[in-house]
Amino acid sequence: MSMNSILWALAYLILAPFIGGLMEGFDRKISARMQRRVGPPLLQPFYDVKKLLNKEIIIVSRGQSLMMITYMLMMILTGVVFFLGMDLLMCFFVLSTAAAFLYFAAMITNSPYSTMGASRELVQMMAYEPAVLLCAVGLYLATGSFYVRDMIAGAWSPILKLPGIFIAFVFCLTIKLRKSPFDTSTSRHPHQELVKGLTTEMGARNLAFYTITEWYEIVFLMAVVALFIINSNPLSYVAAVIVVALVYFLEILIDNSSARIKWEKMIIMAWTCTLVFAGVNMIILMLIK
Amino acid sequence: MIDWMVPFLIGFPLLIALLVFFVGNHKLRAMIIYTGAAVIMAVTAALTVTFFMNGAQTVKFAVETEVIDHVILCTELFLMIFVSYLCFKYRKYWIALLSIVPTLLIAWFDLTVPKEALTHIYVDRLAVLMCLIIGFVGSMIAVYAAGYMHGYHVHHTEVQDRRNVFYALLFIFLSAMFGFVLSSDLMWIDLFWEITSVCSFLLIGYTRTEEAITNSFRALWMNLLGGTALAVGIVFGGVFCGTTNLQRMVYYGRAGIGAATITIALIAFAALTKSAQLPFSGWLLGAMVAPTPSSALLHSATMVKAGVYILFRLSPALHGNMTGDMITFVGGFTFLAASFMAIANCDGKKVLAFSTISNLGLMVACAGMGTSGTIWAGVFLMIFHAVSKSLLFQDIGAVENSIHSRNIEDMHGLLFRLPRLATFMFIGIACMFLAPFGMLISKGSTLKASIDEGNILMTLFICFGSAATAFYWSKWMGKLLQKNNDGRYVDVTRRNELVSLYFHATVMVGLCLFYPAMSTSFVHPLVQELYGTVVDVLPLSTLVLMTVIILAVFAIPLVAYGYTKNLETERKLSYMNGINLGDNKHFVGSMGEARQANLVNFYFDKLIGPERLMRPSCVITVVVLVVMICMIVGGAVV
Repeated sequence: MSMNSILWALAYLILAPFIGGLMEGFDRKISARMQRRVGPPLLQPFYDVKKLLNKEIIIVSRGQSLMMITYMLMMILTGVVFFLGMDLLMCFFVLSTAAAFLYFAAMITNSPYSTMGASRELVQMMAYEPAVLLCAVGLYLATGSFYVRDMIAGAWSPILKLPGIFIAFVFCLTIKLRKSPFDTSTSRHPHQELVKGLTTEMGARNLAFYTITEWYEIVFLMAVVALFIINSNPLSYVAAVIVVALVYFLEILIDNSSARIKWEKMIIMAWTCTLVFAGVNMIILMLIK
Repeated sequence: MIDWMVPFLIGFPLLIALLVFFVGNHKLRAMIIYTGAAVIMAVTAALTVTFFMNGAQTVKFAVETEVIDHVILCTELFLMIFVSYLCFKYRKYWIALLSIVPTLLIAWFDLTVPKEALTHIYVDRLAVLMCLIIGFVGSMIAVYAAGYMHGYHVHHTEVQDRRNVFYALLFIFLSAMFGFVLSSDLMWIDLFWEITSVCSFLLIGYTRTEEAITNSFRALWMNLLGGTALAVGIVFGGVFCGTTNLQRMVYYGRAGIGAATITIALIAFAALTKSAQLPFSGWLLGAMVAPTPSSALLHSATMVKAGVYILFRLSPALHGNMTGDMITFVGGFTFLAASFMAIANCDGKKVLAFSTISNLGLMVACAGMGTSGTIWAGVFLMIFHAVSKSLLFQDIGAVENSIHSRNIEDMHGLLFRLPRLATFMFIGIACMFLAPFGMLISKGSTLKASIDEGNILMTLFICFGSAATAFYWSKWMGKLLQKNNDGRYVDVTRRNELVSLYFHATVMVGLCLFYPAMSTSFVHPLVQELYGTVVDVLPLSTLVLMTVIILAVFAIPLVAYGYTKNLETERKLSYMNGINLGDNKHFVGSMGEARQANLVNFYFDKLIGPERLMRPSCVITVVVLVVMICMIVGGAVV
């Protein structure tokens, strides 16, 4: 563990919420423009969270706060392990544990909408999990190590060997970010049939925790996207930022231009995409190794 | 020291079995069980300590064993007569053949063909590990059984009370398991193998209902089929390689001698039946009709591990050949298919059974790949699985005695309605799939190993299988968490059951905490011993990282709890479109009446239920097994 990696982890710890919040601000702004609205100010997400944090705490179940905080801390832990340059597989395992706690937080309320949303979130987790694991597998095959610090030190960008896995990962990113058409569990947009789904019973501080965790999460996920681009050349960091921006824009575009689909279809689409793109990519890599 | 402990561990449980069989007094019988369990645990501990005090040297002895060999042959013949009698009694004539043919084959071989005299007892780290699992988990389950069977017969008045038989069988089984893992002579292994099969058969048929009898005979024929393969393999190896020593056979197999290859393939096939891999998974599912202690002991913690154990022993001879590929495929495929089928079940015991099959599949695949890295992962999977499954099975038995159901849907909010038992369940499930607990880490190591081996199918099996695994465990945990305002259940768990539950839960948490330490001090040397090479699976930095994460994961909920404990909050009702009737459970229906909101998990039983998946999965594995065994035999002969 070098000084450098500790600095990166500290930077993530402190800066991630701000970057994540800004990204959400851009998301709202761009979405609004796509819908020919003016949209909220760029810093609106921060105002929202500030307000949520100061509201009186009204909850359905006391245990929910416990689950939400565990969810948030686990998510932060995921990112810290990642930015310390540690084992990527381990990161993804902690990530899935964090996701399980979000599910628990929704289930513990015993509220119908929340439960339904949580069940669907579980289906979403099942849909994206193989692609996420295959992403780690692919990066391992391309760079010869599961360690993030080794992955970024290659002579070539891993994406050159992993185009299929990159496509599958970006596809499943839409599910992980709960963007339309895969926003079955909860949605930023009015979510008619399930009210707010997963987050129905989250209010005040718990919702603030949820939002902040999302910010940490988006920064982590975008860092994984960047991992496909970065190599030992410092210029690759610039390229990575551009690719991340493009991927994020793509997610917003998809979000605004597609209608929600049923979860059955989602899981079929996600797994087909994973098998076809990531699977074939992996087979080729293993055969030429 | 060790040379008397080994026969003691095999013989002493038999003595206890005799005693509990003939003592009618409940109190006295319970005392005998406790004493027996305590002595077994003490001797197992002593064996382990002595073994490590001697520098963990492999101990081999018992070269001249003519008398014991005769006793063993007689026991085999007795078992054959006993099984045949039961088969004729219940008119399953053809199953008797599966007992008569191999036994006579073994008897002919034993009496006519001369064999080289080698050691019969072999104590190394792997054997000691198995002894620890059998001695501690097994004895604790026996203690649990003393309490559980009492409650069982209070609720199931229709079942004839044959508790003495039940306890006796448990102890006979323990004796056989000790014998199985400590023997290195295949003739001995064969006998103990048959004993465990018959114990399992008798325990499944305990209730003597029609379903139980059908299921017990299914278990019998599948296990006997494996036994037949084992016997044929032993005789074949004995005739053509001139040895019945397991270690020697593995040595020959590694050297690529044709006859040894066939023997190893047959033993590996037998292991598949014992470990309930597809297409032989049916017997383990049927075995769930047996009272819970037998499910915990035989059908998840120990007996099914016998197959995995023997595969671990064979694993150096499985690497990179056709037998290894066959075992890897069957194991990996079973892992995937059983994980999916587990999603579609709401019977808690069935879910545990499917999950057992699927985890065994992963261990079998680890053995099949046969590299030091996969065995490292496999051994850890085995340790964690034995403890956590035993905990879960016993817990679900206790829950069933308290709430009279083992349907997961009936466990709604169990954490608030039956807190103690639900907490045990929580610990058990968390260790099965949450990071960074052992099972998941081992899964990760298996994934790494299968990539290094270039095994594409296995990599995909693991990626998709883990997604399904996380799904069914999370939804079960979620169910336990759903807090409603129903009152508490009366916890009727007896003290002896609790002793075992607390023991298992403590060991489970301990294992999670000391996982990295255990890896360097025990499992690493174990793998080295099997392979004779230095292995480096987990670098130090990963160990440090894991310790940090483990501590963080234990600390995070505590921090969160500390924060929420003194939080000023106001309660509100859950959102039900404004028609919540005030108890978070009922709402106003369209006709103005009160209706209850029932929250049910996803099961997808129409889509991926066992009815739909089992048959095609069996067909695939049968085809693969038949084709590959033909190829192995053909390849060895040519």
